[in-house]
Amino acid sequence: MLLISCPNCGPRDETEFHYGGQAHVPYPENPNDLNDREWAEYLFYRENTKGTFAERWVHSTGCRQWFNMLRDTVTYDIQAIYPMGAPRPDAAGKVTAETGTASTAADSTTTGTAAPSIAATSTATSTSATSTTAPEGATK
Amino acid sequence: MSTHHLPEHPDFLWRNPEPKSSYDAVIVGGGGHGLATAYFLAKNHGMTNIAVLEKGWLAGGNMARNTTIIRSNYLWDESAAIYEHALKLWEILPEELEYDFLFSQRGVMNLAHTLGDVRESIRRVGANKLNGVDAEWLEPDQVKELCPILNTSDNIRYPVMGATYQPRAGIAKHDHVAWAFARKCDEMGVDIIQNCEVTGFLKDGDRVVGVKTNQGTIHTEKVGLCAAGHSSVLAEMAGFRLPIQSHPLQALVSELHEPVHPTVVMSNHVHVYVSQAHKGELVMGAGVDSYNGYGQRGSFHVIEHQMAAAVELFPIFARAHVLRTWGGIVDTTLDASPIVGTTPVENMFVNCGWGTGGFKGTPAAGLTFAHTIATGAPHKLNKPFALERFETGALIDEHGAAAVAH
Repeated sequence: MLLISCPNCGPRDETEFHYGGQAHVPYPENPNDLNDREWAEYLFYRENTKGTFAERWVHSTGCRQWFNMLRDTVTYDIQAIYPMGAPRPDAAGKVTAETGTASTAADSTTTGTAAPSIAATSTATSTSATSTTAPEGATK
Repeated sequence: MSTHHLPEHPDFLWRNPEPKSSYDAVIVGGGGHGLATAYFLAKNHGMTNIAVLEKGWLAGGNMARNTTIIRSNYLWDESAAIYEHALKLWEILPEELEYDFLFSQRGVMNLAHTLGDVRESIRRVGANKLNGVDAEWLEPDQVKELCPILNTSDNIRYPVMGATYQPRAGIAKHDHVAWAFARKCDEMGVDIIQNCEVTGFLKDGDRVVGVKTNQGTIHTEKVGLCAAGHSSVLAEMAGFRLPIQSHPLQALVSELHEPVHPTVVMSNHVHVYVSQAHKGELVMGAGVDSYNGYGQRGSFHVIEHQMAAAVELFPIFARAHVLRTWGGIVDTTLDASPIVGTTPVENMFVNCGWGTGGFKGTPAAGLTFAHTIATGAPHKLNKPFALERFETGALIDEHGAAAVAH
Protein backbone atom coordinates (compact mmCIF):
# COMPACT_ATOMS: atom_id res chain seq x y z
CA MET A 1 0.00 0.00 0.00
CA LEU A 2 1.25 3.46 -0.81
CA LEU A 3 1.76 5.95 2.00
CA ILE A 4 0.72 9.26 0.51
CA SER A 5 1.48 12.62 2.07
CA CYS A 6 -1.62 14.70 1.61
CA PRO A 7 -0.56 18.37 1.35
CA ASN A 8 -3.22 19.24 3.92
CA CYS A 9 -3.46 16.24 6.21
CA GLY A 10 -0.03 14.65 6.17
CA PRO A 11 0.85 10.99 5.52
CA ARG A 12 -2.16 8.70 5.13
CA ASP A 13 -2.85 5.23 3.74
CA GLU A 14 -3.57 4.89 0.03
CA THR A 15 -7.06 3.60 0.86
CA GLU A 16 -8.07 7.14 1.88
CA PHE A 17 -7.39 8.41 -1.63
CA HIS A 18 -8.79 8.01 -5.11
CA TYR A 19 -6.75 8.07 -8.26
CA GLY A 20 -7.38 10.66 -10.95
CA GLY A 21 -5.08 9.58 -13.75
CA GLN A 22 -2.66 11.75 -15.70
CA ALA A 23 -2.22 15.32 -14.48
CA HIS A 24 -1.96 18.41 -16.67
CA VAL A 25 -4.65 17.48 -19.22
CA PRO A 26 -6.57 20.73 -19.71
CA TYR A 27 -10.03 20.90 -21.18
CA PRO A 28 -9.74 22.06 -24.80
CA GLU A 29 -9.66 25.82 -25.05
CA ASN A 30 -11.86 25.87 -28.13
CA PRO A 31 -13.88 22.66 -28.07
CA ASN A 32 -15.81 23.56 -31.21
CA ASP A 33 -12.60 23.67 -33.21
CA LEU A 34 -11.54 20.11 -32.42
CA ASN A 35 -11.68 17.43 -35.08
CA ASP A 36 -12.41 13.78 -34.30
CA ARG A 37 -8.75 12.92 -33.92
CA GLU A 38 -8.23 15.73 -31.42
CA TRP A 39 -11.32 14.72 -29.46
CA ALA A 40 -10.04 11.15 -29.36
CA GLU A 41 -6.73 12.43 -28.00
CA TYR A 42 -8.49 14.44 -25.31
CA LEU A 43 -10.98 11.75 -24.31
CA PHE A 44 -9.11 8.48 -24.66
CA TYR A 45 -5.39 9.03 -25.08
CA ARG A 46 -3.27 9.49 -21.97
CA GLU A 47 0.41 9.11 -21.33
CA ASN A 48 1.23 5.63 -20.09
CA THR A 49 4.72 6.40 -18.87
CA LYS A 50 7.05 3.72 -17.60
CA GLY A 51 8.99 5.81 -15.09
CA THR A 52 8.24 9.20 -13.54
CA PHE A 53 4.60 10.06 -14.11
CA ALA A 54 2.60 13.16 -13.14
CA GLU A 55 -0.80 12.13 -11.86
CA ARG A 56 -3.76 13.41 -9.85
CA TRP A 57 -5.04 12.09 -6.54
CA VAL A 58 -7.88 13.19 -4.29
CA HIS A 59 -7.95 12.70 -0.51
CA SER A 60 -11.52 11.38 -0.61
CA THR A 61 -11.90 10.42 3.05
CA GLY A 62 -9.85 13.32 4.38
CA CYS A 63 -9.79 16.92 3.21
CA ARG A 64 -11.39 15.95 -0.14
CA GLN A 65 -8.86 18.13 -1.96
CA TRP A 66 -7.17 17.24 -5.21
CA PHE A 67 -3.40 17.45 -5.65
CA ASN A 68 -0.74 16.33 -8.11
CA MET A 69 1.96 13.77 -7.56
CA LEU A 70 5.12 12.68 -9.34
CA ARG A 71 5.42 8.92 -8.91
CA ASP A 72 7.65 6.30 -10.46
CA THR A 73 5.36 3.74 -12.12
CA VAL A 74 7.95 0.97 -11.79
CA THR A 75 9.21 1.39 -8.22
CA TYR A 76 6.02 3.21 -7.09
CA ASP A 77 8.25 5.69 -5.24
CA ILE A 78 6.55 9.03 -4.69
CA GLN A 79 8.93 11.76 -5.81
CA ALA A 80 6.95 14.95 -5.34
CA ILE A 81 3.55 16.23 -4.33
CA TYR A 82 2.43 19.63 -5.58
CA PRO A 83 -0.78 21.65 -5.89
CA MET A 84 -3.28 21.47 -8.70
CA GLY A 85 -2.51 24.18 -11.19
CA ALA A 86 1.19 24.29 -10.37
CA PRO A 87 3.60 23.32 -13.13
CA ARG A 88 5.21 19.91 -12.97
CA PRO A 89 8.45 20.04 -10.98
CA ASP A 90 11.44 19.40 -13.19
CA ALA A 91 14.01 16.67 -12.73
CA ALA A 92 15.52 18.61 -9.85
CA GLY A 93 12.44 17.66 -7.89
CA LYS A 94 13.57 14.08 -7.78
CA VAL A 95 17.05 14.96 -6.62
CA THR A 96 15.64 17.12 -3.90
CA ALA A 97 13.30 14.39 -2.81
CA GLU A 98 16.15 11.96 -2.42
CA THR A 99 18.26 14.30 -0.34
CA GLY A 100 15.29 15.72 1.48
CA THR A 101 16.78 19.18 1.85
CA ALA A 102 14.51 21.64 0.14
CA SER A 103 11.56 21.98 -2.12
CA THR A 104 11.75 23.12 -5.68
CA ALA A 105 10.11 26.42 -6.30
CA ALA A 106 8.15 26.77 -9.49
CA ASP A 107 8.63 29.84 -11.63
CA SER A 108 4.97 30.64 -11.45
CA THR A 109 1.74 28.91 -10.65
CA THR A 110 -1.83 29.50 -11.54
CA THR A 111 -2.78 29.40 -7.89
CA GLY A 112 -0.36 32.20 -7.10
CA THR A 113 1.00 31.16 -3.75
CA ALA A 114 1.70 27.48 -4.03
CA ALA A 115 5.11 26.10 -4.78
CA PRO A 116 5.71 22.45 -5.56
CA SER A 117 6.78 20.63 -2.49
CA ILE A 118 8.54 17.38 -2.01
CA ALA A 119 7.15 14.44 -0.13
CA ALA A 120 9.27 11.74 1.36
CA THR A 121 9.26 8.55 -0.60
CA SER A 122 7.05 5.98 1.05
CA THR A 123 6.05 2.44 0.36
CA ALA A 124 4.03 -0.23 2.08
CA THR A 125 6.94 -1.39 4.16
CA SER A 126 7.90 2.06 5.38
CA THR A 127 6.92 2.71 8.96
CA SER A 128 9.17 5.64 9.57
CA ALA A 129 7.77 9.07 10.22
CA THR A 130 10.00 10.84 7.76
CA SER A 131 7.25 12.11 5.51
CA THR A 132 6.83 15.82 5.31
CA THR A 133 3.79 17.42 6.79
CA ALA A 134 1.59 19.79 4.89
CA PRO A 135 3.76 22.15 2.86
CA GLU A 136 3.49 25.88 3.13
CA GLY A 137 1.22 27.35 0.59
CA ALA A 138 -0.73 24.19 -0.05
CA THR A 139 -4.18 24.83 -1.40
CA LYS A 140 -6.87 24.62 1.21
CA MET B 1 29.82 -37.36 -3.48
CA SER B 2 28.09 -39.22 -6.21
CA THR B 3 30.13 -40.02 -9.29
CA HIS B 4 26.99 -40.58 -11.34
CA HIS B 5 26.20 -38.01 -13.93
CA LEU B 6 22.72 -36.61 -14.23
CA PRO B 7 20.70 -38.33 -16.95
CA GLU B 8 20.46 -36.65 -20.32
CA HIS B 9 17.95 -33.80 -20.47
CA PRO B 10 14.71 -34.95 -22.07
CA ASP B 11 13.90 -33.51 -25.48
CA PHE B 12 13.28 -29.80 -25.43
CA LEU B 13 9.90 -28.60 -26.68
CA TRP B 14 11.52 -25.85 -28.73
CA ARG B 15 15.00 -24.81 -29.88
CA ASN B 16 16.72 -21.70 -28.59
CA PRO B 17 18.15 -20.31 -31.83
CA GLU B 18 20.26 -17.24 -32.39
CA PRO B 19 18.28 -14.56 -34.21
CA LYS B 20 18.78 -14.45 -37.96
CA SER B 21 19.54 -11.13 -39.62
CA SER B 22 16.13 -11.00 -41.26
CA TYR B 23 12.66 -12.54 -41.16
CA ASP B 24 9.43 -12.18 -43.11
CA ALA B 25 7.71 -11.15 -39.89
CA VAL B 26 8.70 -10.52 -36.30
CA ILE B 27 6.31 -10.91 -33.37
CA VAL B 28 7.28 -8.91 -30.30
CA GLY B 29 6.20 -10.71 -27.15
CA GLY B 30 6.50 -14.43 -26.43
CA GLY B 31 3.40 -14.83 -24.31
CA GLY B 32 0.23 -16.66 -25.23
CA HIS B 33 -0.91 -14.12 -27.78
CA GLY B 34 2.49 -13.83 -29.48
CA LEU B 35 2.90 -17.60 -29.70
CA ALA B 36 -0.67 -18.12 -30.93
CA THR B 37 -0.11 -15.44 -33.57
CA ALA B 38 3.08 -17.14 -34.75
CA TYR B 39 1.29 -20.49 -34.79
CA PHE B 40 -1.53 -19.26 -37.01
CA LEU B 41 0.87 -17.30 -39.25
CA ALA B 42 2.73 -20.53 -39.91
CA LYS B 43 -0.27 -22.85 -40.06
CA ASN B 44 -2.88 -20.75 -41.86
CA HIS B 45 -0.72 -18.43 -43.93
CA GLY B 46 2.41 -20.50 -44.60
CA MET B 47 4.66 -17.86 -43.03
CA THR B 48 7.35 -19.93 -41.32
CA ASN B 49 10.33 -17.61 -41.74
CA ILE B 50 9.26 -15.65 -38.71
CA ALA B 51 10.52 -15.00 -35.19
CA VAL B 52 8.93 -14.45 -31.81
CA LEU B 53 11.04 -12.13 -29.63
CA GLU B 54 10.60 -12.44 -25.89
CA LYS B 55 12.44 -10.05 -23.55
CA GLY B 56 12.30 -12.48 -20.63
CA TRP B 57 11.49 -16.15 -20.60
CA LEU B 58 8.77 -17.70 -22.70
CA ALA B 59 5.28 -17.04 -21.32
CA GLY B 60 6.64 -15.55 -18.10
CA GLY B 61 4.47 -12.45 -18.13
CA ASN B 62 0.71 -12.36 -17.92
CA MET B 63 0.51 -15.82 -19.48
CA ALA B 64 1.96 -17.21 -16.23
CA ARG B 65 0.01 -14.86 -13.97
CA ASN B 66 -3.63 -15.01 -15.06
CA THR B 67 -6.37 -16.99 -13.31
CA THR B 68 -6.90 -19.16 -16.44
CA ILE B 69 -10.63 -18.49 -16.83
CA ILE B 70 -12.09 -19.13 -20.27
CA ARG B 71 -15.61 -17.96 -21.18
CA SER B 72 -17.41 -16.15 -23.98
CA ASN B 73 -20.54 -14.71 -22.32
CA TYR B 74 -19.92 -11.11 -23.36
CA LEU B 75 -22.80 -8.72 -23.97
CA TRP B 76 -22.06 -7.04 -27.27
CA ASP B 77 -22.19 -8.80 -30.64
CA GLU B 78 -18.59 -7.95 -31.56
CA SER B 79 -17.24 -9.33 -28.28
CA ALA B 80 -19.45 -12.41 -28.26
CA ALA B 81 -18.28 -13.21 -31.80
CA ILE B 82 -14.54 -13.06 -31.09
CA TYR B 83 -14.67 -14.66 -27.63
CA GLU B 84 -17.04 -17.42 -28.79
CA HIS B 85 -14.71 -18.13 -31.70
CA ALA B 86 -11.91 -18.36 -29.17
CA LEU B 87 -13.93 -20.81 -27.07
CA LYS B 88 -14.60 -22.99 -30.13
CA LEU B 89 -10.86 -22.99 -30.82
CA TRP B 90 -10.11 -23.91 -27.19
CA GLU B 91 -12.39 -26.93 -27.72
CA ILE B 92 -10.31 -28.26 -30.63
CA LEU B 93 -6.82 -27.01 -29.75
CA PRO B 94 -5.74 -29.84 -27.40
CA GLU B 95 -6.12 -32.27 -30.33
CA GLU B 96 -4.74 -29.89 -32.94
CA LEU B 97 -1.68 -29.05 -30.83
CA GLU B 98 -1.38 -32.65 -29.65
CA TYR B 99 -1.05 -31.47 -26.08
CA ASP B 100 -3.47 -32.02 -23.23
CA PHE B 101 -3.34 -28.68 -21.46
CA LEU B 102 -6.16 -29.70 -19.10
CA PHE B 103 -8.91 -27.59 -20.63
CA SER B 104 -11.74 -28.28 -18.22
CA GLN B 105 -15.21 -27.10 -19.21
CA ARG B 106 -16.55 -26.96 -15.69
CA GLY B 107 -18.71 -23.92 -16.32
CA VAL B 108 -18.50 -20.31 -15.14
CA MET B 109 -21.04 -18.68 -12.88
CA ASN B 110 -21.39 -14.87 -12.71
CA LEU B 111 -23.23 -13.98 -9.52
CA ALA B 112 -25.85 -11.26 -9.22
CA HIS B 113 -26.14 -9.46 -5.89
CA THR B 114 -28.41 -6.52 -6.63
CA LEU B 115 -31.55 -5.87 -8.64
CA GLY B 116 -29.36 -4.04 -11.13
CA ASP B 117 -27.11 -7.10 -11.39
CA VAL B 118 -30.14 -9.32 -11.94
CA ARG B 119 -31.50 -7.17 -14.75
CA GLU B 120 -28.08 -6.86 -16.41
CA SER B 121 -27.47 -10.59 -16.08
CA ILE B 122 -30.80 -11.67 -17.57
CA ARG B 123 -30.30 -9.20 -20.40
CA ARG B 124 -26.84 -10.66 -21.03
CA VAL B 125 -28.20 -14.24 -21.04
CA GLY B 126 -30.69 -13.15 -23.70
CA ALA B 127 -28.00 -11.45 -25.77
CA ASN B 128 -25.73 -14.50 -25.43
CA LYS B 129 -28.45 -16.88 -26.64
CA LEU B 130 -29.10 -14.70 -29.69
CA ASN B 131 -25.38 -14.89 -30.45
CA GLY B 132 -25.22 -18.67 -30.11
CA VAL B 133 -23.39 -18.54 -26.79
CA ASP B 134 -24.59 -21.09 -24.23
CA ALA B 135 -26.02 -19.19 -21.29
CA GLU B 136 -28.55 -19.78 -18.56
CA TRP B 137 -30.06 -17.79 -15.73
CA LEU B 138 -29.93 -19.59 -12.38
CA GLU B 139 -32.12 -18.85 -9.39
CA PRO B 140 -30.42 -18.95 -5.97
CA ASP B 141 -31.50 -22.55 -5.27
CA GLN B 142 -30.03 -23.63 -8.62
CA VAL B 143 -26.83 -21.76 -7.75
CA LYS B 144 -26.64 -23.67 -4.49
CA GLU B 145 -27.25 -26.97 -6.25
CA LEU B 146 -24.43 -26.37 -8.73
CA CYS B 147 -21.98 -25.00 -6.19
CA PRO B 148 -22.94 -26.21 -2.69
CA ILE B 149 -20.10 -24.39 -0.91
CA LEU B 150 -21.51 -20.98 -1.91
CA ASN B 151 -23.31 -19.10 0.83
CA THR B 152 -26.70 -18.34 -0.70
CA SER B 153 -28.37 -17.32 2.57
CA ASP B 154 -30.02 -13.95 3.06
CA ASN B 155 -27.90 -12.93 6.01
CA ILE B 156 -24.84 -11.67 4.17
CA ARG B 157 -24.08 -8.13 3.09
CA TYR B 158 -24.76 -8.83 -0.59
CA PRO B 159 -26.96 -11.94 -0.84
CA VAL B 160 -26.73 -14.06 -3.99
CA MET B 161 -29.85 -13.20 -6.00
CA GLY B 162 -29.04 -15.54 -8.86
CA ALA B 163 -26.33 -16.08 -11.44
CA THR B 164 -25.65 -16.45 -15.12
CA TYR B 165 -24.08 -19.75 -16.04
CA GLN B 166 -22.09 -20.74 -19.10
CA PRO B 167 -21.60 -24.53 -19.02
CA ARG B 168 -18.97 -24.61 -21.81
CA ALA B 169 -16.73 -22.13 -20.00
CA GLY B 170 -13.91 -23.30 -17.73
CA ILE B 171 -10.20 -23.20 -17.05
CA ALA B 172 -6.98 -24.52 -18.61
CA LYS B 173 -3.34 -24.83 -17.57
CA HIS B 174 -1.93 -21.58 -18.91
CA ASP B 175 1.75 -22.62 -18.94
CA HIS B 176 0.93 -25.77 -20.86
CA VAL B 177 -1.05 -23.77 -23.41
CA ALA B 178 2.03 -21.66 -24.09
CA TRP B 179 4.27 -24.71 -24.32
CA ALA B 180 1.82 -26.42 -26.69
CA PHE B 181 1.84 -23.42 -29.05
CA ALA B 182 5.61 -23.02 -28.73
CA ARG B 183 6.32 -26.65 -29.62
CA LYS B 184 4.12 -26.50 -32.73
CA CYS B 185 5.61 -23.15 -33.78
CA ASP B 186 9.08 -24.60 -33.43
CA GLU B 187 8.16 -27.70 -35.44
CA MET B 188 6.97 -25.47 -38.29
CA GLY B 189 10.27 -23.56 -38.26
CA VAL B 190 9.39 -20.48 -36.22
CA ASP B 191 12.35 -19.09 -34.25
CA ILE B 192 11.45 -18.42 -30.61
CA ILE B 193 14.12 -16.11 -29.22
CA GLN B 194 14.10 -15.56 -25.48
CA ASN B 195 16.00 -12.88 -23.54
CA CYS B 196 15.68 -10.70 -26.61
CA GLU B 197 14.42 -7.25 -25.70
CA VAL B 198 13.32 -4.81 -28.37
CA THR B 199 15.09 -1.46 -27.91
CA GLY B 200 13.87 0.35 -31.02
CA PHE B 201 12.57 0.07 -34.56
CA LEU B 202 14.12 0.74 -37.95
CA LYS B 203 11.88 2.80 -40.16
CA ASP B 204 11.98 3.90 -43.76
CA GLY B 205 9.72 6.92 -43.72
CA ASP B 206 6.44 5.73 -42.19
CA ARG B 207 7.25 2.08 -42.82
CA VAL B 208 8.87 -0.27 -40.33
CA VAL B 209 11.74 -2.27 -41.81
CA GLY B 210 13.45 -3.74 -38.79
CA VAL B 211 13.72 -4.23 -35.08
CA LYS B 212 16.63 -3.23 -32.84
CA THR B 213 17.21 -5.63 -29.98
CA ASN B 214 19.77 -6.40 -27.30
CA GLN B 215 20.80 -9.31 -29.55
CA GLY B 216 21.37 -7.11 -32.58
CA THR B 217 19.34 -5.66 -35.42
CA ILE B 218 16.79 -7.83 -37.19
CA HIS B 219 15.40 -6.78 -40.56
CA THR B 220 11.83 -7.68 -41.26
CA GLU B 221 8.95 -6.84 -43.56
CA LYS B 222 6.30 -6.91 -40.87
CA VAL B 223 6.12 -6.41 -37.13
CA GLY B 224 3.33 -7.58 -34.83
CA LEU B 225 3.23 -6.19 -31.30
CA CYS B 226 1.88 -8.59 -28.64
CA ALA B 227 3.33 -6.98 -25.53
CA ALA B 228 0.24 -6.47 -23.33
CA GLY B 229 1.23 -4.14 -20.46
CA HIS B 230 4.27 -2.84 -22.34
CA SER B 231 2.45 -2.03 -25.58
CA SER B 232 2.62 1.72 -24.93
CA VAL B 233 6.37 1.54 -24.44
CA LEU B 234 6.82 -0.18 -27.81
CA ALA B 235 4.39 2.16 -29.56
CA GLU B 236 6.34 5.14 -28.27
CA MET B 237 9.54 3.65 -29.71
CA ALA B 238 7.75 3.24 -33.02
CA GLY B 239 6.38 6.79 -32.95
CA PHE B 240 2.67 6.42 -32.30
CA ARG B 241 0.34 6.44 -29.31
CA LEU B 242 -2.08 3.90 -27.92
CA PRO B 243 -5.12 4.64 -25.72
CA ILE B 244 -3.85 2.21 -23.11
CA GLN B 245 -3.27 2.54 -19.39
CA SER B 246 -1.16 -0.14 -17.69
CA HIS B 247 -2.28 -1.25 -14.25
CA PRO B 248 -1.13 -3.90 -11.79
CA LEU B 249 -3.58 -6.79 -11.48
CA GLN B 250 -3.09 -9.22 -8.65
CA ALA B 251 -4.07 -12.82 -8.04
CA LEU B 252 -3.32 -15.43 -5.43
CA VAL B 253 -3.51 -19.12 -4.64
CA SER B 254 -4.21 -20.93 -1.41
CA GLU B 255 -2.45 -24.02 -0.19
CA LEU B 256 -3.73 -27.30 -1.66
CA HIS B 257 -7.14 -28.62 -0.67
CA GLU B 258 -9.21 -31.62 -1.61
CA PRO B 259 -11.69 -30.87 -4.42
CA VAL B 260 -14.45 -28.67 -2.98
CA HIS B 261 -15.20 -26.22 -5.77
CA PRO B 262 -16.83 -27.78 -8.83
CA THR B 263 -17.07 -24.76 -11.14
CA VAL B 264 -15.76 -21.20 -11.54
CA VAL B 265 -17.51 -18.45 -9.59
CA MET B 266 -17.15 -14.79 -10.46
CA SER B 267 -18.72 -11.93 -8.59
CA ASN B 268 -18.32 -8.50 -10.05
CA HIS B 269 -20.26 -6.78 -7.34
CA VAL B 270 -18.21 -7.90 -4.36
CA HIS B 271 -15.32 -8.41 -6.72
CA VAL B 272 -13.66 -11.76 -6.52
CA TYR B 273 -13.39 -14.73 -8.85
CA VAL B 274 -12.56 -18.20 -7.67
CA SER B 275 -11.77 -21.56 -9.16
CA GLN B 276 -9.91 -24.59 -7.88
CA ALA B 277 -6.91 -25.72 -9.87
CA HIS B 278 -6.53 -29.36 -10.81
CA LYS B 279 -3.87 -29.82 -8.14
CA GLY B 280 -6.15 -28.34 -5.47
CA GLU B 281 -5.15 -24.70 -4.96
CA LEU B 282 -7.95 -22.18 -4.76
CA VAL B 283 -7.13 -19.61 -7.44
CA MET B 284 -8.51 -16.13 -6.86
CA GLY B 285 -8.32 -12.82 -8.60
CA ALA B 286 -9.77 -9.39 -8.05
CA GLY B 287 -9.73 -5.98 -9.62
CA VAL B 288 -6.81 -3.86 -10.78
CA ASP B 289 -4.98 -1.45 -8.54
CA SER B 290 -6.28 2.02 -9.31
CA TYR B 291 -2.96 3.59 -10.23
CA ASN B 292 -0.86 3.18 -13.35
CA GLY B 293 1.93 0.73 -12.71
CA TYR B 294 4.55 -1.37 -14.42
CA GLY B 295 5.85 -2.94 -11.21
CA GLN B 296 4.17 -6.38 -11.47
CA ARG B 297 2.95 -5.92 -7.92
CA GLY B 298 0.05 -4.12 -6.32
CA SER B 299 -1.19 -2.97 -2.95
CA PHE B 300 -2.15 -5.40 -0.23
CA HIS B 301 -5.50 -3.81 0.57
CA VAL B 302 -6.75 -5.05 -2.81
CA ILE B 303 -5.94 -8.62 -1.73
CA GLU B 304 -7.56 -8.01 1.65
CA HIS B 305 -10.75 -6.73 0.02
CA GLN B 306 -10.86 -9.72 -2.31
CA MET B 307 -10.37 -12.15 0.61
CA ALA B 308 -13.20 -10.53 2.54
CA ALA B 309 -15.51 -11.10 -0.42
CA ALA B 310 -14.30 -14.67 -0.89
CA VAL B 311 -14.79 -15.63 2.74
CA GLU B 312 -18.28 -14.20 2.86
CA LEU B 313 -19.30 -16.06 -0.29
CA PHE B 314 -17.44 -19.26 0.63
CA PRO B 315 -17.45 -19.64 4.43
CA ILE B 316 -15.35 -22.82 4.25
CA PHE B 317 -12.43 -20.77 2.89
CA ALA B 318 -12.12 -18.94 6.20
CA ARG B 319 -9.36 -21.22 7.47
CA ALA B 320 -7.53 -21.59 4.16
CA HIS B 321 -4.08 -20.03 3.99
CA VAL B 322 -2.77 -17.88 1.21
CA LEU B 323 0.21 -19.61 -0.35
CA ARG B 324 1.37 -16.77 -2.58
CA THR B 325 0.22 -13.62 -4.29
CA TRP B 326 1.57 -11.94 -7.39
CA GLY B 327 0.82 -9.24 -9.91
CA GLY B 328 0.95 -8.74 -13.65
CA ILE B 329 0.65 -5.62 -15.77
CA VAL B 330 -2.58 -5.38 -17.69
CA ASP B 331 -3.19 -3.07 -20.63
CA THR B 332 -6.60 -1.51 -20.14
CA THR B 333 -8.60 0.52 -22.64
CA LEU B 334 -11.37 2.99 -21.92
CA ASP B 335 -14.04 0.67 -23.37
CA ALA B 336 -12.60 -2.52 -21.84
CA SER B 337 -12.20 -4.06 -25.29
CA PRO B 338 -9.01 -5.05 -27.08
CA ILE B 339 -7.26 -3.34 -29.98
CA VAL B 340 -6.30 -5.71 -32.80
CA GLY B 341 -5.35 -4.25 -36.14
CA THR B 342 -3.22 -1.85 -38.11
CA THR B 343 -1.27 1.13 -36.72
CA PRO B 344 -0.20 4.51 -38.11
CA VAL B 345 3.15 2.86 -38.93
CA GLU B 346 3.02 0.93 -42.18
CA ASN B 347 3.61 -2.82 -41.81
CA MET B 348 3.39 -2.59 -38.04
CA PHE B 349 0.39 -4.19 -36.39
CA VAL B 350 -0.81 -4.17 -32.81
CA ASN B 351 -2.63 -6.64 -30.60
CA CYS B 352 -3.18 -5.15 -27.17
CA GLY B 353 -5.74 -3.76 -24.76
CA TRP B 354 -7.03 -7.15 -23.67
CA GLY B 355 -6.76 -5.78 -20.16
CA THR B 356 -7.74 -8.14 -17.39
CA GLY B 357 -9.16 -10.86 -19.65
CA GLY B 358 -6.68 -11.70 -22.38
CA PHE B 359 -6.04 -15.35 -21.59
CA LYS B 360 -9.46 -16.54 -22.74
CA GLY B 361 -9.00 -14.68 -26.00
CA THR B 362 -5.60 -16.21 -26.80
CA PRO B 363 -6.61 -18.46 -29.73
CA ALA B 364 -8.83 -15.87 -31.42
CA ALA B 365 -6.29 -13.12 -30.87
CA GLY B 366 -3.69 -15.31 -32.57
CA LEU B 367 -5.98 -16.31 -35.43
CA THR B 368 -7.22 -12.81 -36.25
CA PHE B 369 -3.92 -11.05 -35.64
CA ALA B 370 -2.10 -13.53 -37.88
CA HIS B 371 -4.70 -12.87 -40.58
CA THR B 372 -4.20 -9.13 -40.17
CA ILE B 373 -0.42 -9.38 -40.37
CA ALA B 374 -0.41 -11.80 -43.32
CA THR B 375 -2.99 -10.00 -45.45
CA GLY B 376 -2.54 -6.43 -44.22
CA ALA B 377 -6.28 -6.24 -43.48
CA PRO B 378 -8.32 -7.31 -40.48
CA HIS B 379 -10.22 -10.59 -40.21
CA LYS B 380 -13.98 -9.99 -39.87
CA LEU B 381 -13.76 -10.90 -36.19
CA ASN B 382 -11.21 -8.24 -35.27
CA LYS B 383 -12.39 -5.54 -37.69
CA PRO B 384 -14.55 -3.83 -35.01
CA PHE B 385 -11.57 -3.81 -32.64
CA ALA B 386 -9.54 -1.35 -34.73
CA LEU B 387 -7.58 1.48 -33.18
CA GLU B 388 -9.69 3.91 -35.22
CA ARG B 389 -12.77 3.25 -33.09
CA PHE B 390 -11.55 5.80 -30.56
CA GLU B 391 -11.85 8.43 -33.30
CA THR B 392 -15.05 7.23 -34.94
CA GLY B 393 -16.77 6.68 -31.60
CA ALA B 394 -17.71 3.09 -32.48
CA LEU B 395 -16.65 1.88 -29.05
CA ILE B 396 -17.43 -1.62 -27.81
CA ASP B 397 -18.27 -0.75 -24.26
CA GLU B 398 -17.92 -3.90 -22.22
CA HIS B 399 -17.39 -2.04 -18.95
CA GLY B 400 -20.10 -3.28 -16.66
CA ALA B 401 -21.65 -5.10 -19.60
CA ALA B 402 -19.52 -8.21 -19.66
CA ALA B 403 -18.31 -7.46 -16.19
CA VAL B 404 -15.27 -5.65 -14.94
CA ALA B 405 -13.84 -8.82 -13.55
CA HIS B 406 -12.65 -11.41 -16.01
